Amino acid sequence: MKLLITNAQVIDPFGGYEGAATILIEDGTIKSVAKNGKIKNHAGARVIDAAGMYVAPAFTDMHTHLREPGFEHKETIRTGTLAALKGGFATVCCMPNTNPVNDNPGTTEYILKKAAGEGSARVLPIGAITKGQRGEELAEMEMMLKAGCIAFSDDGRPVESPIIMRRALEYAKGLGTTIISHAEDLQLSSGGVMNEGLLSMTLGLKGSPSIAEEVMVFRDIALCGLTGGKLHIAHVSTKGSVDIIRRAKEQGIHVTAETCPHYFSITEEAVTGYNTNAKVNPPLRRPEDVEAIKDGLRDGVIDVIATDHAPHGKEEKTREFDAAPSGISGLETVLPLGLALVQGKTLSMMELIRKLTVNPAGILGIEAGGISEGREAHICIFHPEKEYEFRAGEMFSKGKNSPFDGWKLKGKTAWTILGEKVHEWA
Amino acid sequence: MLKSRHLLGIKDLQAEEIMLVLESASSFKDVLKRDIKKVPALRGRTVVNLFFEPSTRTRTSFELAAKRLSTDVVNFSAPSSSILKGETMLDTALTVEALGADIIIIRHASSGVPHMLSSHLKASVINAGDGTNEHPTQALLDAFTINEKKGGIKGLKVAIVGDILHSRVAKSNIYCLKKLGADVRLIGPATLLPGEFSALGTEIFCDMDEGLRDVDVVMMLRLQLERQGKGFFPSTMEYFSRWGLSKKRLELAKKDVIVMHPGPMNRGIEIASDVADGGNSVILEQVTNGLAVRMSVMFHLDERAGK
Repeated sequence: MKLLITNAQVIDPFGGYEGAATILIEDGTIKSVAKNGKIKNHAGARVIDAAGMYVAPAFTDMHTHLREPGFEHKETIRTGTLAALKGGFATVCCMPNTNPVNDNPGTTEYILKKAAGEGSARVLPIGAITKGQRGEELAEMEMMLKAGCIAFSDDGRPVESPIIMRRALEYAKGLGTTIISHAEDLQLSSGGVMNEGLLSMTLGLKGSPSIAEEVMVFRDIALCGLTGGKLHIAHVSTKGSVDIIRRAKEQGIHVTAETCPHYFSITEEAVTGYNTNAKVNPPLRRPEDVEAIKDGLRDGVIDVIATDHAPHGKEEKTREFDAAPSGISGLETVLPLGLALVQGKTLSMMELIRKLTVNPAGILGIEAGGISEGREAHICIFHPEKEYEFRAGEMFSKGKNSPFDGWKLKGKTAWTILGEKVHEWA
Repeated sequence: MLKSRHLLGIKDLQAEEIMLVLESASSFKDVLKRDIKKVPALRGRTVVNLFFEPSTRTRTSFELAAKRLSTDVVNFSAPSSSILKGETMLDTALTVEALGADIIIIRHASSGVPHMLSSHLKASVINAGDGTNEHPTQALLDAFTINEKKGGIKGLKVAIVGDILHSRVAKSNIYCLKKLGADVRLIGPATLLPGEFSALGTEIFCDMDEGLRDVDVVMMLRLQLERQGKGFFPSTMEYFSRWGLSKKRLELAKKDVIVMHPGPMNRGIEIASDVADGGNSVILEQVTNGLAVRMSVMFHLDERAGK
């Protein structure tokens, strides 16, 4: 089967190309990319007219909670990967805080088997650093790598013990793999349910201070410097964390970092009215943190935009604020929220796409490529300008928990192409 | 008339609304002095005390206030965490409403629960204390008491002393007294009184002797004893020596100072017995006034609901 994408405005950070092209795909493989518009052998091809749209490599999310096995009422591999495709992603890296925890090769294999059967996007599991994510003993990283894991994290929980974190970094270094840090000092965050400050006090909610994140970012970077391991800081949310990571990078420490759309799009104000859909960990912060996150994205301190897609059931989010689980269902809103950074001149279009494609793939060392001849087609085609009212209830994800419900968003995926599979979105 | 059919917090009220409640409370207080302490104002209405957190004092006060208005009142106690039981708090509240409740009085250990439930309910909701957020009827009865004793609130120096951070009583009182023009100062250990409170227009003191100077009103807060051993303060003995209200310390305030406490008191920990029982104390009058103020709140919410 042939597919011809015409009038494409290609934006490909893998090849560093931004400009017009016509793309021919045959049986799921990119046959030719004609920058002069002249293309051969396209007779009989199905045509996608991409006039007014961007054509980019499909995205990689290095921080997704697919919830399976164990929490299928929140999300399944089937619904989560469909949400990913809708969001423009070809690849999602799923976190291990499932039940059972993905801390052994058997669970990794189960996830991959499920994904092969029911998944519509590529699923790459992230294994647990420690058995049961209890922070006590290292999990079988080598065997999990063989089974298909691509990095390790106890996400959802920090590795509290500094000696275990040190050993994890050392051990992972020997295996050439990355440790992803959920940076939170649990004693300082001390059960906080939103950012600590005047607002948490006036709402009567227990606050988690920025420093609870920052001391752990600092500790893990120090351990990374000591061990020479590869460290990635998940979901950076504070100005202080950005500053610490910036200094570490200047010193040549091998650390990378991600943030999530909610940390550069909204502030703690979203919690007002006890909106549990704005309850997330780390919590939404203050305007000055949002500005610092944007600065970090602009000057490259923050390498990656990841979703931390954390779907939950409706009944769980209608609990009292203290008891509602943390998390935002984020796969389907990352594109418009990211495009707002381009409109606001924080990032160029090329830089935005780089943080959604080349950078996460590079950090994890996973196979991903741009729009070039001979590669399997992983392509996202999107309208940069299309405006619409976002309705969380219409997401493909089972988790409708989004603080952006009812927002006027700008930018929408039109097509996601994954090999021979071509998805057109309404 | 009140602007909302719910009373969720003082934060959302305007000074005129507060004054309206206080004025009617004064009439209801007269009723409470009569031989027959009951008016038919809300006859036929149903009031439910929906308490997710144990309480005797507040619940009894609401119950009696509702009875004095001739309503039918029932108490409904529910477990505090929706995780521990099968039913969600929303289902519990909807069940109570389906029983025909016109006014639902809610207390919950988590902040925001009355707010969340009110958006799903047709009945009027009164917040009887939510987490560390607000306890609006306590602030109203405190304002009523001060107003009655001092003949006005504007310009008075009021000190609130103790665990401000975890106190819903303190928060509602700060909002209420500021709206009515009082000069509010907060006194307590820095661990229980973060500097951010100054953003609410209050003055902050760690030194109680300094803070008490020339005040017209001292409002003591209950020290939650479970805070001990969590690093907020070293011992109750040290706490009393620094922030306890002793007779000697009270002399720093104005001569006609009134001493208040929302109860229940920890004698010898935040307040000395001779102060609690002394001539400046209005603690028991607060309890009596609570009835009149809660009657007034229910009366005005009923009026607002347009029944």
